[in-house]
Amino acid sequence: MKRKTIYVIPLLAALALALPGCDRSGPATDNASAGASQDRIVGSRKGDFGPPQGEPVNAILTSPPMVPPATGRTAPAKVIVELDVIEKVMPISEGVDYTFWTFGGTVPGSFIRVRQGDTVEFHLRNMPDSKMPHNIDLHGVTGPGGGAASSFTAPGHRTQFTFKALNAGLFVYHCATAPVGMHIANGMYGMILVEPPEGLPEVDREYYVMQGDFYTTGKYREKGLQPFDMEKAIDENPTYVLFNGSEGSTTGDNSLTAKVGETVRMYVGNGGPNLVSSFHVIGEIFDKVWYEGGTNYQENVQTTLIPAGGAAMMEFHLEVPGSYVLVDHSIFRAFNKGALAILKADGPENKAIYSGLEVDEMYIGDRAGDSLGAVAVAAKAEASGELTVEEQMAAGKELFMGTCSTCHQGNGEGMAGVFPPIAASDYIKADPKSLPRVILHGLQGKVTVNGEDYDSIMPPMNQLTDDEVANISTYVLNSWNNPGGKISKEEVAEIRKQKPANASAGH
Amino acid sequence: MIRVIAAAVLVASPFVGALAGEGSYLPIPSGRFASALNYEDAPGKQPVAAYSMMRTPVTNAEYLAFVKANPKWQRGRAPTVMAEKRYLSHWVGPLELGDTAKPDQPVVQVSWFAADAYCAAQGARLPTWTEWEYAAAADETRRDARSDRIWRERILRWYSRPSNTALPRAGLQPANVYRVQDLHGLVWEWTEDFSSMLMDADNRNQGDADNARFCGAGALSMNDRDNYAVLMRVAMLSSLSAEATTANLGFRCVKDTP
Repeated sequence: MKRKTIYVIPLLAALALALPGCDRSGPATDNASAGASQDRIVGSRKGDFGPPQGEPVNAILTSPPMVPPATGRTAPAKVIVELDVIEKVMPISEGVDYTFWTFGGTVPGSFIRVRQGDTVEFHLRNMPDSKMPHNIDLHGVTGPGGGAASSFTAPGHRTQFTFKALNAGLFVYHCATAPVGMHIANGMYGMILVEPPEGLPEVDREYYVMQGDFYTTGKYREKGLQPFDMEKAIDENPTYVLFNGSEGSTTGDNSLTAKVGETVRMYVGNGGPNLVSSFHVIGEIFDKVWYEGGTNYQENVQTTLIPAGGAAMMEFHLEVPGSYVLVDHSIFRAFNKGALAILKADGPENKAIYSGLEVDEMYIGDRAGDSLGAVAVAAKAEASGELTVEEQMAAGKELFMGTCSTCHQGNGEGMAGVFPPIAASDYIKADPKSLPRVILHGLQGKVTVNGEDYDSIMPPMNQLTDDEVANISTYVLNSWNNPGGKISKEEVAEIRKQKPANASAGH
Repeated sequence: MIRVIAAAVLVASPFVGALAGEGSYLPIPSGRFASALNYEDAPGKQPVAAYSMMRTPVTNAEYLAFVKANPKWQRGRAPTVMAEKRYLSHWVGPLELGDTAKPDQPVVQVSWFAADAYCAAQGARLPTWTEWEYAAAADETRRDARSDRIWRERILRWYSRPSNTALPRAGLQPANVYRVQDLHGLVWEWTEDFSSMLMDADNRNQGDADNARFCGAGALSMNDRDNYAVLMRVAMLSSLSAEATTANLGFRCVKDTP
């Protein structure tokens, strides 16, 4: 009695939420999404549409990345699923073999598609040349063990059980024979989609992608047949994290394909055994994510979390062509353990949405020098009181190349009429302290250098530290036939305090 | 080299059958043994009484001699409730081995009932799980090698290979410290009490096992979770019923030490 009360209240609450949603023009948010105008079917208590009608239907099973067609049915049916357990050696990476235990000969196993309310007669056949017994736990089954207790199948045997698919959603299935983790780690998982009674919105393409983590005694990409490593599995330290069971299963010639203008729906599962997935498609934003494979969807999602033994459906519309990379955004897995897949979209460019490359030119930023090692040495020597002119010059050169050479050129020649030369400069010779002063405060107005007049603006570089200014100044003083000498950090500090009349405020 | 020649002589010799079969029971001394399984009614080390065990699993040649002497266990005659349809199905005929069942390969596709009858006919019996586990814990030099990770991996390597290629002949692998061969790496083997393996069909039900399946026994779980090689054997045996046969399941017999 109490249970019933608890049940009714949330239902009323959901209705209350749903009603104001009716007059919205766009897609309603979250919880109201599917329930506004139609009789919403919630949960197992409303998922029984009575006995199966019509002739039994043989389920179409597909290998990844393909998805069976929509059931297209409006009444509950009896659906017969025949799934074979096959133990076989397949490549897990190039030149690396692994003994996979599979549902249907692939990792992940065959995709099963039924409709909510269907009665599923499940046949599990374990091949005669299997070494191990196996069973199946379908998360879409209501009943103890999800079917595992009724499907323990010795090699060369066949078991059968029947269940009614009461809950709509995308569900993982897997083997639950001891040691469970090992059976899963060897690839024994897949997915069953239980369509809601009204079906799912039509899309142009559907794909089946499932992540798994794998544990081999050899290192990542170590060649040869690699046995399963239980210790690594217990430590949750996978050698491979993969989409669809092998490195390259969905890249290159095997990439998923689509066309610009199409909407793609992906059924993405995580078989585990250990890791959860931060699933992301680089360069796309999921228009909708049916998170956790359930009934509601979230919109405009960048990355969605898929727990081990969980799933999600996602849709996105392709606006521009190119290769979209599917990754586990726990990113070392993508680039060091194999969790990469590609979706290639063909079609016309749309420069209004994405321009492609517009500019590629040289840019030397304030710190573009590829190594500031000498600067670090100088700072260290300065701290210990042992800074030599050579060290100052070495540090100053790095900074000069990054900061000053853009205008004054790498050889200090400047540009005639625009940037005064600082090589063999009579301006510097007459006043060596002009170097730190101009660096710190800039220079505005007319100057004459080596007989030529300049009238431009040198911006103040007061973002540089006293050290850095001292080092650059010392470098310039001792280069290109300038008079030599040394500018100290203390002198720079003093100059920083005095702002001359011809200081520049910048460009 | 010497081993190879010896083996060749054995194969050629007409006395082989007697040598490798009922004649070659090897003594296994008594001892105390910590099973990888956890017996709730008898915690700690189990006492194991002395027994003797066949050096290798029963071969096709040996089993052929048995069905010749015991026609009711021939293929087609054995009742299907005691031996399913695939019983000896890899033999060319009920009394003919053929290419897919060489005389010195271990016999497979035999049910528990058939294996039990074979051993009884030898004045022997199937080993209990504990006896089998006790003998199988040994490697070439140690009575209990189970804590050696390398040894375990050697065993597991066989487990992880599908058995879709021809079985090697019996007696090829090095003998263990009791001079017994092929307890690992050749075929699964029946045990006398396989049906009391208290593993639920759904392994995750530990602690909530289907006690109704077992007579007077409590739940059983793994004591040594690292030793998952044992767990896989238990899983294999508990997936079977007594009339079942598979392409990689054979047996050997033991005798009580008088």
